[in-house]
Amino acid sequence: MNKYLIKKWTKVVLTHLILLTMMLIVASPLLFAIIKSTQSMGEIFSYPPKLSFGSATFNNYKKALLDYNLARLMLNSCYIAIVITTLKIVFSILGAFAFVFFNFKYKKLLFWLILITLMLPIPVRIIPLFEFMKQLNWGDSFLALTVPFLASATGTFLFRQYFMSFPESIVEAAKVDGVGPLRFLFQILVPMSLNTIGALAVIELIYVWNQYLWPLIIITSNQKQVVQIGLKSLIGTGDQGTDWAVVMAGAVITLLPPLIVFILLQEQFMNGFALSENK
Amino acid sequence: MQVKFRSKALPYLLLLPSIIVSLLFLYYPALKTFVLSLYKTAFMGMRKIFVGGSNFIELFTSIEYLQSILISCFFAVGVVVIGLTLSLFIAVLSNQDIRGGRLYCLGFIWPYALSPAIAGVIWLFMFNPTAGIINYLTDLLWGISPDWVSNKHLALLMVIGAAVWKNLGYNIVFYLAALQNIPQEILEAAEMDGANSLQKFFLITFDFLKPTTLFLVIMNLIYSFFDTFGIIDILTKGGPVNATTTMIYKLYIDAFQNYKTGFAAAQSIILFIMVMGLTIAQFKWSDSKIDYGS
Repeated sequence: MNKYLIKKWTKVVLTHLILLTMMLIVASPLLFAIIKSTQSMGEIFSYPPKLSFGSATFNNYKKALLDYNLARLMLNSCYIAIVITTLKIVFSILGAFAFVFFNFKYKKLLFWLILITLMLPIPVRIIPLFEFMKQLNWGDSFLALTVPFLASATGTFLFRQYFMSFPESIVEAAKVDGVGPLRFLFQILVPMSLNTIGALAVIELIYVWNQYLWPLIIITSNQKQVVQIGLKSLIGTGDQGTDWAVVMAGAVITLLPPLIVFILLQEQFMNGFALSENK
Repeated sequence: MQVKFRSKALPYLLLLPSIIVSLLFLYYPALKTFVLSLYKTAFMGMRKIFVGGSNFIELFTSIEYLQSILISCFFAVGVVVIGLTLSLFIAVLSNQDIRGGRLYCLGFIWPYALSPAIAGVIWLFMFNPTAGIINYLTDLLWGISPDWVSNKHLALLMVIGAAVWKNLGYNIVFYLAALQNIPQEILEAAEMDGANSLQKFFLITFDFLKPTTLFLVIMNLIYSFFDTFGIIDILTKGGPVNATTTMIYKLYIDAFQNYKTGFAAAQSIILFIMVMGLTIAQFKWSDSKIDYGS
């Protein structure tokens, strides 16, 4: 009589087992890195490989953060990520607000102007942009890392899509009450767009934090570099070749900020971006 | 159509920041790339000589460049096929109605936060011949200890693996979102009609996932052509003997190490044509109908 129950339970247990195994496989490179980041030089090169926590955790992380300056580079990356994300969100909201709530001349033209920027990623304009930065005297500066990235077609379209589906009755009611466009934007529309803002914040924070090619060529002084390039420069700096434990500690540290942001804003990200129709 | 406000100047003012940044830092350099691609630089970049289309002719007669196109395509196909198969498999499994589904979900999509550099250094260490784990396993299982970094095919395989791992989170996010949008009634109806799990998957679920798959194919192509520079720079530096030199890595070498500005600008133009094609394809095929300029 319990045949059905037993069958059901084996299925549930089996599914959990399969999922846990898959999760472990996906996470295994990271788990490997975390474990190795705690080991001393001797433990790292032991054979067979030691796959349990080691004795040099504090030392490795201290070395990565202070001796190899990752703490400073993390601050640089934080600063750049916050500046770009904030301004990108503001610019995108303003632009989308204009496109959705106003009729004006050359609207189509301006819309296309922003749409086409989707086809102009960094590799397409990297050489002239590099020269342009030098002409502006922005080479090796945070200005070069931030200002060229402040316009966002993705952001503008994400907000535009959300604004277009915004309940018309609320807009009408606000207009009847004599609420002007700017007050409507800041007091009604923005507070009701928090999901979309959260989604764009996740996308942009992670995108900026993970930038590699542009900082590699435009930043030359170590103090102004971003953390991703700092991570790369850990390779080959040890006394005998690469101090792998310190590199793995660096990788873990570098991953933490975007991972925390992602976990905290996961729901907004799913609701405001992945589940929305406009991607 | 949304309710409109009335103002003559305000919409232009609102758009001004985006327009200024776009014109100065996107359009101006992009147009200059076109101009540069028609010139050759001489005397250590001091003089520019107009050469017309000869940079492009040089590109398409250069074995090295043609090879980088081939490697890019192979790399992209690898990333798309392996990455999407894995992601779809994981997403379908973790979408089942069981306890802790949300936790599983997070356990699979977190790689979205990974950067090319992080994936690169972790992979580099895993494949290290003396201290890495991979060669220990291959030695244990098959008694071989391959040299990943200096074998042409293995190096490319290793780079593809790192690129797939880094993008797994992104792909699973979109597959999970699409799976949650499938109306349950249809699946239940199929079940009542006696369809088994496999039939349900291939006849119903797969059909609903087609638009997402198409979207992901294009996004993964863009990703492998444009956003994997860091992985290659850290893992192989394009080697051994250019075996992992993709188009973007070649552009970087020619522009910033060989200082062949015009030649590299021509490569930028080729990349522009590719990204243009992919973006147009995405708009054409994607479900979301953008009604231009309403």
